[in-house]
Amino acid sequence: MKAAVLVFPGSNREGDVAQALELITGRRPAMVWHGDGDFEKTDLIVVPGGFSYGDYLRCGAMAAQSPVMAEVKRRAAQGVPVLGICNGFQIVTEAGLLPGVLMRNAHLKFVCSDVHLKVETSQSLFTNRYQAGQVIRVPVAHAEGNYFADADTLKALEDRGQIAFRYCAPDGTVDGPLGKQANPNGSINNIAGIFNETKTVLGLMPHPENAVEPMFGGTDGIGLFEGIVEALS
Amino acid sequence: MTAAGNKSPVKLPNEPEITPQIVAEHGLAPDEYQRVLDIMGRPPTMVELGIFSAMWSEHCSYKSSKVWLKKLPTRAPWVIQGPGENAGVIDIGDGQAAIFKMESHNHPSYIEPYQGAATGVGGIMRDVFTMGARPVANLNALRFGDPAHPKTRHLVSGVVAGIGGYGNCMGIPTVGGETNFHAAYNGNILVNAMTVGVARTDRIFYAAAAGIGNPLVYVGSKTGRDGIHGATMSSTEFNEDSESKRPTVQVGDPFVEKLLLEACLELMATDAIVAIQDMGAAGLTSSAFEMAAKGGLGVIVELDKVPMRETGMNPYELMLSESQERMLIVLKPGREDLARRIFEKWELDFAVIGHLTNTERMVLSWHGDIVGDIPIPPLVTEAPMYERPWTLTPLPAEIEASAVPAPTDLKASLLTLMGCPDLASKAWIWKQYDHLIMGNTAIRPQDGDAALVRVPGGHKGLAMTSDCTPRYVQAHPETGGRQAVAEAWRNITATGARPLAVTDNMNFGNPTKPEIMGQFAGAIMGMVEACTALDFPVVSGNVSLYNETEGRPILPTPTIGAVGVIDDIAKAVGSRLTKAGCALVLIGDTRGWLGQSLYLREICGREEGAPPPVDLAVERRNGDFVRGEIAGGRIAACHDLSDGGLLVGVAEMCLAGGTGALVTLPANIGAPHAFLYGEDQGRYVAATDDGQAFLAAAAAAGVPAILLGYAGGQALVVEGHLTLPLDELRAVHEAWLPTYMNSAT
Repeated sequence: MKAAVLVFPGSNREGDVAQALELITGRRPAMVWHGDGDFEKTDLIVVPGGFSYGDYLRCGAMAAQSPVMAEVKRRAAQGVPVLGICNGFQIVTEAGLLPGVLMRNAHLKFVCSDVHLKVETSQSLFTNRYQAGQVIRVPVAHAEGNYFADADTLKALEDRGQIAFRYCAPDGTVDGPLGKQANPNGSINNIAGIFNETKTVLGLMPHPENAVEPMFGGTDGIGLFEGIVEALS
Repeated sequence: MTAAGNKSPVKLPNEPEITPQIVAEHGLAPDEYQRVLDIMGRPPTMVELGIFSAMWSEHCSYKSSKVWLKKLPTRAPWVIQGPGENAGVIDIGDGQAAIFKMESHNHPSYIEPYQGAATGVGGIMRDVFTMGARPVANLNALRFGDPAHPKTRHLVSGVVAGIGGYGNCMGIPTVGGETNFHAAYNGNILVNAMTVGVARTDRIFYAAAAGIGNPLVYVGSKTGRDGIHGATMSSTEFNEDSESKRPTVQVGDPFVEKLLLEACLELMATDAIVAIQDMGAAGLTSSAFEMAAKGGLGVIVELDKVPMRETGMNPYELMLSESQERMLIVLKPGREDLARRIFEKWELDFAVIGHLTNTERMVLSWHGDIVGDIPIPPLVTEAPMYERPWTLTPLPAEIEASAVPAPTDLKASLLTLMGCPDLASKAWIWKQYDHLIMGNTAIRPQDGDAALVRVPGGHKGLAMTSDCTPRYVQAHPETGGRQAVAEAWRNITATGARPLAVTDNMNFGNPTKPEIMGQFAGAIMGMVEACTALDFPVVSGNVSLYNETEGRPILPTPTIGAVGVIDDIAKAVGSRLTKAGCALVLIGDTRGWLGQSLYLREICGREEGAPPPVDLAVERRNGDFVRGEIAGGRIAACHDLSDGGLLVGVAEMCLAGGTGALVTLPANIGAPHAFLYGEDQGRYVAATDDGQAFLAAAAAAGVPAILLGYAGGQALVVEGHLTLPLDELRAVHEAWLPTYMNSAT
């Protein structure tokens, strides 16, 4: 599987995701500079975390207008899988590949911590290695991860099974006070990650790339990358 | 263009005459100004006066501290670069070097906490990547005032947000540090930031300029009017006017610094650089000056070519601005285009602003006119250096355990300690720092005595810590200095890593007071002893004096940042107690030393007595034993004992790992509260699978060790004295800081 990782001025988790991809696929991904609107053909495009353009204007808003994102949109329309993590989720949302918006965390502070996620479906190329309902532990690190969408959009997302991950208590509880406590940013319906309608685009705030080695954050993120490899090979 | 020789430079329109008042406003004493006149042979221009003022400030010249700093041991076979460069450099094997330094940003952080702390972090990261290292970790040591003081909450909030705001955006994990509260910091907080980077030993960059005619290149952000005279400001005491100094605090932009980091590292991968220096305190002045002085050369700076953020800026402002995210580079001839392409790719300013000369003079030109011309060597050699009078603090009387009352309720006393500001969980702070980015963090905050970060691309780990117990230093600076170094060494040891070297951040009051200078001298004496005995050289550091407000000094705070290495990171241990059934062994002698203990302060309300003595030979023997046992795989978790003593140490291990402990007090320990809360030094608690074998090994090594009990259950139990469910302990430990921060002012 060939992967491309985009690099914007201010990206800073591109190395983390490249390291994870290399570890799991055995192949170093191509690093694609934001000005490069014509990069080589790849099986997967990753939009990594960071502070693209210093988060000026609005997180992800400027990166969404870059030449490389115009090309990403074209390829996504052709069905090339796109994975947006953290700032990458913000960017693909700003670019219109996913609905909704990521707002400032409800408590207004940056939060870096392990969280528990409930895998909502195994029926996607990103989540086929997990069981629906499985709880995984991965870290978050962001100040603007508070997902919001209007009621109609939200209903459509829920009805079509486009919710990929939700924040949950260690036992998988999403609702009630335990669910609320487990939500690190105030995200609506505890949403941590969503798909597009065809489930070829995934945006999520948590960092599975920082949970691929036992000593360095655990191994619960491996399934996501292995699943992609399996689906695309 | 040629150097102007000793001709008087041109005066600028509206340039004032230098009056005694202007001299005083520049922080120069009358005798110091006389030296300026002697060196120049004429009255200086304003820009020249500003340059002398900045270069001879306490911050840049170390004029009060230099005679003492020279006493610190700085050499070891693994030291590549000691003090005097942007940061210290040590060899960590496999052709790799760790480059690190700690620096204060105290005064700016008090005046404007967010920007003050943020630019402190930005500055120390630049010091490290200037030398060719990619930063791999940040730490910070924070001292705030009494939580009840009306400004404290605002300062904590701003400083933490500022540190996070900068480090998170840079993408460098903030993995460790310490936070204390004490009323002595009410008007003068301490923000000490440390960065550790990794470079190849054959790709280290230095500041010494070379090559007459080589171009002097300015890169990074444009120069604005922020931070003018920051170095001079941070070299005076605070008073009620300090708030009006807010414009001298710099404003940071971590996004630009991230671009600068990547651009510099990209340029460093070529062969274009002769020398490089970041523009920190005293901006263009000190960077240009230091590069020329270290190279024994002269320099011409064409100030009108400096990229400017504002219109109407003059040479004085350009030379003294402390605008952030700027670097000065001497390039090899003909490499300008290569370098320009890299910086333009990263959308940064790039300008050739001068060149090197053989005149040993710093000549400043402005639209073709010479506006400043200073001989470089005398400004360095004739710089004021003071042997200030000093009076050592006498050792206070020892406090016998029998003179300290036992708690009426052991459980209540432990909960009080675990929930007191100095010991309560700092998760509210470190969760605002991205401590996981780069994917190399093996020991996270609160999970070990030192942070542990994998060296990228291999199996080595770097252990790092920052330590100081200011109340010990206040009580007896020599003991306190010794203890700060020993605790840093111990914290690194407790992970299994070999302690290698130290960076010191000396925060003290007004050095013109003999008792303050005596604190400084005493702390240095203690540090010299400890660094020597533990083979733990000082490779970089920073001095912050005049930490006083309205004449009231801070607690003397020589913060010790330290770095160690472990060759196989998989063998490292944290302090998390996770395995039921493990034996808990106490290593080191326990007398029950309660003088200056947290028990005495928090439970008895007394800050008294002599601090616990540090026997460096014992420290080394115990530590070497512990490290050996970790290397042999015989320790599952390890924690050094410091603030709060044994019971607090065991409680912390239980909370970190979510496993309880059953402790049985040995016979003949004297008063239980002294045994449980005494802060005797050189001690560790280790969890091991085979307690008896461990005790035998300790005995064979001549190391005192006793079996304390076993890990297991969901409560901390001291047989016959205490049963405390972990949930209850955790609730108290974790509640204080968030509750405090969320309560209304």
